[in-house]
Amino acid sequence: MNSTLLKPTGTPAERFTSRDPGDFANPHGREEEWRFTPVRDIRPLFEAFEPDVRISGDVQAPDGVSWAITGMDDPRVGRVLQPADRVSALAFRNAPQALVLQVEAGRELAEPVLVHGKVGAGQAYEHMVIEAGANARATVVVDYADQALVAEHVEILAGDGAHLTVVSVQDWDAGAQHVSAHQASVGRDATLRHIVVDLGGSLVRLSPSVRFAGPGGHAELLGVSFAGNGQHLESRLYIDHAVPNCTSDVLYKNALLGESARTVWIGDVRIRPEATGTNTYEMNRNLLLSDGARADSVPNLEIETGDIAGAGHASATGRFDDLQLFYLQSRGIPADEAQRLVVRGFFADVVQRIGVPDLEHRIMTAIEARLGFTPELENAS
Amino acid sequence: MSTLEIRDLHVTVGAGDDATEILKGVDLTVSSGETHAIMGPNGSGKSTLAYSIAGHPKYTVTGGSVTLDGADVLAMTVDERARAGLFLAMQYPVEVPGVSVSNFLRTAATAIRGEAPKLRTWVKEVNTAMTELGMDKAFAERNVNEGFSGGEKKRHEILQLELLQPKIAILDETDSGLDVDALRVVSEGVNKVRAKGIGTLLITHYTRILRYIEPDFVHVFFDGRIVESGGAELAERLEAEGYARFGVEETASA
Repeated sequence: MNSTLLKPTGTPAERFTSRDPGDFANPHGREEEWRFTPVRDIRPLFEAFEPDVRISGDVQAPDGVSWAITGMDDPRVGRVLQPADRVSALAFRNAPQALVLQVEAGRELAEPVLVHGKVGAGQAYEHMVIEAGANARATVVVDYADQALVAEHVEILAGDGAHLTVVSVQDWDAGAQHVSAHQASVGRDATLRHIVVDLGGSLVRLSPSVRFAGPGGHAELLGVSFAGNGQHLESRLYIDHAVPNCTSDVLYKNALLGESARTVWIGDVRIRPEATGTNTYEMNRNLLLSDGARADSVPNLEIETGDIAGAGHASATGRFDDLQLFYLQSRGIPADEAQRLVVRGFFADVVQRIGVPDLEHRIMTAIEARLGFTPELENAS
Repeated sequence: MSTLEIRDLHVTVGAGDDATEILKGVDLTVSSGETHAIMGPNGSGKSTLAYSIAGHPKYTVTGGSVTLDGADVLAMTVDERARAGLFLAMQYPVEVPGVSVSNFLRTAATAIRGEAPKLRTWVKEVNTAMTELGMDKAFAERNVNEGFSGGEKKRHEILQLELLQPKIAILDETDSGLDVDALRVVSEGVNKVRAKGIGTLLITHYTRILRYIEPDFVHVFFDGRIVESGGAELAERLEAEGYARFGVEETASA
């Protein structure tokens, strides 16, 4: 008996990808990649549907940015994206159009690019390509609202030496369902900052993945989710280190308020044999504010070379930190206000890294409103 | 005129069969204008006394009483104790990610004073206090205790002492981790608040802070209670002899 049975415990390191939806069985919900998702609620996404709404093309872009709505046969579409599940393959095949947004090489944008994803009510396939040319410096904010059923792709290309920040804000109305794959290619010595903000919507399942196109790349993946009753907010990360001397840094923070609030965080990092000199760290923190709320957290690190600079992960799920509350209360701050400060701080820790003040303010205001904050104190400080 | 009275205080840590008694009958009275130093070797229970008065959840009071001007401190929540006029400068201040110093200070001042301080005078008040403590303005925008050096944490504690103006202040090992210059600056801050007539309970292992903050009374703490009390001369004796006569080979000079 010399055979070895490999039985992966998490998501397989080698991902099957295909653009043919027929290559992916209709999920029953027990598969590793679907077992945390309420698949019953998103059955319509597992079959091709006729989209009845489209992205409006409401883009605010400063000089140095070109954008266009194109067909899916545009050569700029599909350079990065490889569907890894049935919803993604269906979306790639059936998307009627794509928004292609490009920042000129060498440009440093003073203002962020804003993409307002007001899709209205209905069902949509969305496809977006965000590309920063070599040595460009840009921030792109994609901001979703309204109530819709959306299967989405965002392809992200950070050219050599580029510094690109992509922020995706899911501020959907209740009832919205959004399943999305963001796939990024990070060029030589480029930096990608990718930030996911999940506030609204009944179900958001967003799968960011990163691969490095050349050595010296850096990827920073940040996320915040605030799940209330009836919300399922899921993030599935995959970072594929296959070239030398790249770094990745992940910080995702979720808070859950309400007994049926639900978050899922999957953090898969693979360091292939050729990815020497890799340095990677991922951290997920979940703050449970109600009995019955459930947060799943599955970090998964596969290291196939010993010649790395560092690799680690940490995950912590819990209630309030008694010591933080004690410290604040010992300064006279009442218990309920101390708790609000701690939750606000929990999120602000990530939100303040976005780098777009108006957006940071809007996100914190939305969070504070849900916490029942007294705005007066905040504004006065 | 305020008085903190501690009578026969017994405190345990842990629960059930694992409960260990740390304080074994502490008696102490601290009044406005007085500075009491509590000195003792490691593990004698000095910090437990400080945290128990402040209401730390880790400790259980099993006997005795603590009153502030006759009001039952032990019946109060942690924040009520602070609003009643007690302040604890902690040895290990806690990090609060995402909460800026400026937001924290203003929230605390609003809670203690019962109304939000007027913005213009408040900014001036904070800036002046920070400058005197040798703290850069940018400090106010950092997150509470996050990435602070030992010295920055202690300065931040004394900054709060100045802004919150308690009736009785408890300083727990405020001297630990400070170099001579920082110790001098921090002590000056404490002395400024003392000069306004508050009562001070200074907890320390070493005598060196007593060169800057002169105590009226010195108490030796050992095995969960005060075993000896006297004036400043007691500290001098500890400096010379250490804690040897209490059966502990630790010096009191650093």
